[in-house]
Amino acid sequence: MGAVILMPALSPTMTEGKLARWLKKEGDAVKSGDVIAEIETDKATMEVEAVDEGTITAILVPEGTEGVQVNSAIAELDGGAGGTAATMQGITNKNPRENEKMIADAGTAQRADATVPASPRAPEMQPERDWGPMQAITVREALRDAMAAEMRRDRDVFLIGEEVAQYQGAYKISQGLLDEFGPKRVMDMPITEHGFTGMAVGAAFTGLKPIVEFMTFNFSMQAIDQIINSAAKTLYMSGGQLGCQIVFRGPNGAASRVAAQHSQCYASWYAHCPGLKVVAPWSAADAKGLLRAAIRDPNPVIVLENEIMYGQTFDCPTDEEFILPIGKAKVERQGTDVTIVAFSIMVGMAMQAADALAAQGISAEVINLRSLRPLDTATIAASVRKTNRLVTLEEGWPYAGIGAEVAMQIMETCFDHLDAPPVRVTGLDIPMPYAANLEKLALPRLEQVVDAAKRVTYK
Amino acid sequence: MAQAAETQQKRRGKAKEPPIGRADLMKAYRDMLLIRRFEEKAGQLYGMGLIGGFCHLYIGQEAVVVGMQMCLKPGDQVITSYRDHGHMLATGMEARGVMAELTGRIGGYSKGKGGSMHMFSREKGFYGGHGIVGAQVSLGAGLAFANWYREDGHVAVTYFGEGASNQGQVYESLNLAALFKLPCIFIIENNKYGMGTSVERASASRDLSQNGAAWGIPGEQVNGMDVIAVREAGERAVAHCRAGKGPYLLEMKTYRYRGHSMSDPAKYRTREEVQKMRETSDCIETARKMLLEQLGVTEAELKVIDDEVKAIVQDSADFAQASPEPPESELWTDVLVEAK
Repeated sequence: MGAVILMPALSPTMTEGKLARWLKKEGDAVKSGDVIAEIETDKATMEVEAVDEGTITAILVPEGTEGVQVNSAIAELDGGAGGTAATMQGITNKNPRENEKMIADAGTAQRADATVPASPRAPEMQPERDWGPMQAITVREALRDAMAAEMRRDRDVFLIGEEVAQYQGAYKISQGLLDEFGPKRVMDMPITEHGFTGMAVGAAFTGLKPIVEFMTFNFSMQAIDQIINSAAKTLYMSGGQLGCQIVFRGPNGAASRVAAQHSQCYASWYAHCPGLKVVAPWSAADAKGLLRAAIRDPNPVIVLENEIMYGQTFDCPTDEEFILPIGKAKVERQGTDVTIVAFSIMVGMAMQAADALAAQGISAEVINLRSLRPLDTATIAASVRKTNRLVTLEEGWPYAGIGAEVAMQIMETCFDHLDAPPVRVTGLDIPMPYAANLEKLALPRLEQVVDAAKRVTYK
Repeated sequence: MAQAAETQQKRRGKAKEPPIGRADLMKAYRDMLLIRRFEEKAGQLYGMGLIGGFCHLYIGQEAVVVGMQMCLKPGDQVITSYRDHGHMLATGMEARGVMAELTGRIGGYSKGKGGSMHMFSREKGFYGGHGIVGAQVSLGAGLAFANWYREDGHVAVTYFGEGASNQGQVYESLNLAALFKLPCIFIIENNKYGMGTSVERASASRDLSQNGAAWGIPGEQVNGMDVIAVREAGERAVAHCRAGKGPYLLEMKTYRYRGHSMSDPAKYRTREEVQKMRETSDCIETARKMLLEQLGVTEAELKVIDDEVKAIVQDSADFAQASPEPPESELWTDVLVEAK
């Protein structure tokens, strides 16, 4: 039985090539692995190896021929003994043109198409549940209590990071956890973010549920490949087989006077990536409820905390089961004239701005995003439909920031309800300066928020 | 290589008796041949445009993964880089599912969404299939960490190339594994070239098996073209890990016959170099010779294996072309696990 040797594609982009040289002639026997010809592509000269054994009965394209199309017949092979020719036959029966069309069709699959389902949306709006009695605790205590509660609940949950165990946490978030859970579940790591993050992700692939503390999120950049390429993408790349239940947490954004390398907001970096969830608590209740939800969530979750908030006190539900849903914003203050959207430490500034605006007769509604991915667009849109005005507030840089995304989503969902262009208040588009006066100028200021609200309300 | 072979010879002693049983070597021969034929077929399908993107073939290195796999038991884990087809077949994953993933079809292990470099099977203990050079080493330390955490006695075999061995996170992982005594076998598959750069031009270390020496990780150079030598070294490594003594490092001196990927013209080495390796050190030919000459296996018995392997590979190629492309609805699945 005869078979045809086809012009091979030697790179993903090759469509044709020059048959530079035949190393076998008609009548030659070839076996698997023998180099039979040399082909020149736009990149290089490549050798073509025989795939199966047999005798070359005819050379169809003489050497030196240019522009030989990929998948056209270049020689014929006699199968020799056994079923080797049939092996090739099985392949060559397929019409190569059909394959090319399939490949071309696949290339256009990215265009917008009515048959492609829309991106999943955040859950529909539901009223905030009443959790009963409250107690004043710090954000620091709330985070610790959240981890302790989940570690008691599930033996597969453990905490690793630099100084989390014996030192009790660089910012004392893990205070007391080593005593309660022992050195196996609260583990100090050497200063090797890349290595221990990858190690934690690998452990999560097997079903363990690590909490990785970054001393600050600035150091997560050492490990960002493992967070994005391994933790966030593997579920998809494995067709749903290999999930990664893991929490990456630590202080994010500017602290105070620690200069450019230690003062950066990673909200838009991580929120950009499908396969991750990203939350940013403000209050103690946010911190406790969102961190518990993050630890229980079967996906990788980034928890962006804020060092300045750690020592601040808020009322937090005492209910043992208290937890908050990821993907749900909170209306912190009702208003009618303008919607101010903020997250993390900036929620506090938004609340102050609302007070200042009230004194000037402007009623501001403040939305605490809590979750940056998924984003609760429904809650923001419902507010904007009422106030018809939007101000976004964040510490991070303006370019491709969270404010830009919020504003765009509002324009997509309720453009006709806007009575003024949305305004962003952000950190300045510069690395963070050290000098006290410059640092203050580089971060959002209360008067800027007030001014922005007045601008969109034309007051 | 010669030195490594000599050491192996010493270890085996001068006894005439073959260092492996007939059934074991038959199985190794069959598994190596399956990988070889599978990869040849993959190369062929690539040439026809049925496989896209990157496709890194394992041809030449089969003894490494087959020899190591003989030392493992169910529940042990394997993780590797993007040159991963051989590892998948060795762990017992179905040729059909692997080939259909290469062609990007719904019948593939990742439903066509991973491709050549990204396949997984929790059932077979295979954790990928990773495309970023060196990343799998930290992940592999994490698999070993999980075994240590659960105290289940399992070992994690973490494969990487000599090119990856220079990555910073590899050293971070060696330190972590030694520090916590993780049951991790680090395997450097030294095939001499990281893409087009020879190991001599990329690493100042002349004995990669000693790359964990700073942390006290025992290391051995192994003739990775000899499946028996690989198995012997693998047994020592596995015993060390299972005894709770921490990680072990094996440098497998091996060779890839094909280019780094399909589009590599391999001009950084001579044809004679490749030919010499094929003729003098081929793992399948060596095993075949031993089976025939020392273990009393007949040509007819080997022919049965050859035919079986050929049939599996042909079946996988047929399946990989018949299986449909994933439906458009697959675009949006598996991005996140839906919370319960």
